[in-house]
Formats: sequence, structure tokens, C-alpha cells
Amino acid sequence: MIGIAANATLVLIALAMALSLWRLLRGPDVLDRVIAIDTLYVNACAMLLAYGIRGETALHFEAALVIAMLGFLTTTAFAKFLLRGDIIE
Amino acid sequence: MTTAWELLVSALLLLGGAFCFLGALGLAKLPDVFMRLHGPSKASTLGIGCLAIGSMVYFTVREGAPSVHELLIIAFIAMTTPVSAHLVARAALHRRLPRWKRRDDTP
Repeated sequence: MIGIAANATLVLIALAMALSLWRLLRGPDVLDRVIAIDTLYVNACAMLLAYGIRGETALHFEAALVIAMLGFLTTTAFAKFLLRGDIIE
Repeated sequence: MTTAWELLVSALLLLGGAFCFLGALGLAKLPDVFMRLHGPSKASTLGIGCLAIGSMVYFTVREGAPSVHELLIIAFIAMTTPVSAHLVARAALHRRLPRWKRRDDTP
């Protein structure tokens, strides 16, 4: 039961990652690509959580936490750079 | 054989996956940057919250001891996503990106 649901969830998240990858490659502006990278980070974190449930192991949890933190830093740095032309003033 | 907590975990997993997919669908399909921000910053946050709660229930029942460290992910995503969305929206305003205009002949 949980295995089937986890497999379906992994398929949904893979589709979501494909859609954000399409936006990342196509996006008319740089900011579209920044948002697409942010979505990819969030989806990778979600995929690690679902994968941990599917494999019945808590091994991937720390990786998901690190990805969540680094994704925020990346997005903030990109947005700050595009806004001010510099990251740390 | 299927117990209530298995149903709960499966429902939370599917709900989380569906919300993540809807967020990415909004990112791919909506017409301008300001609209595209909405999908990832709201739907994906809810999706990852559902997934983390499902993981919390699953490991709590399976290990027999409370497993609350998934709350860290929820707290971190819920705190940081609005900040990054705000910064991206301000950068988009600053760059004067084109906005979507409704034409008169569209319903």
C-alpha cells in the first residue's frame, strides 16, 4: 500500500521536475530560470523524503535538510545579485 | 491487512506529490513571471509539508518512538520560501519585466 503510493508520488515529483527543467531551459528571462532552480531544489527535497519512505530508511533525511537550506541560499543570492548587481555590499 | 496509519501515510504522500506537481505545472504554464512565482512558492510548500508530515507519521509508527525531525524541514521551507519569493518579485519589478495583459476578446 505505502509502496504503491510512494512509487506514484515519485512519478508525480519526477513529472514536476521535468516541467521545471523545461522552464529552466526555455524561460524567457533570467528570473524564470531562478524560479525554476528553486522549484527543482524543493522537488529534490520532496523526492528524497518520498524515497526514504519507499526504502524504509531515514538515511536520506539529512540530505533533504541540506538541500532545503542550500536552495534558499542560492535563490537569495541570485535575486540579490539581479536586484543590486552585488551580493554582499 | 491495510491499517489506518498506512492509509493516512499513503494519502499524505499522494497529496504531497500532487501539490508538488501542481506547483511545477503552474511554473510551466502561467504567462508571466509574477504569476509563475505563485506555483512554486505556495503549492510546492504545501506539498513538501504534506510529505514531511507523512514521513513523520511513518517513522513514528515504524520505529515506535516519536520522530519529529521532519518538523525542521517544514519550519525551514515555510520560513524561507516567502523571503526568496519576495526577493525574486522585487528583482522582477526592478528589471521591469513584461506583464501579461488580458485582451478584450479573451473570455
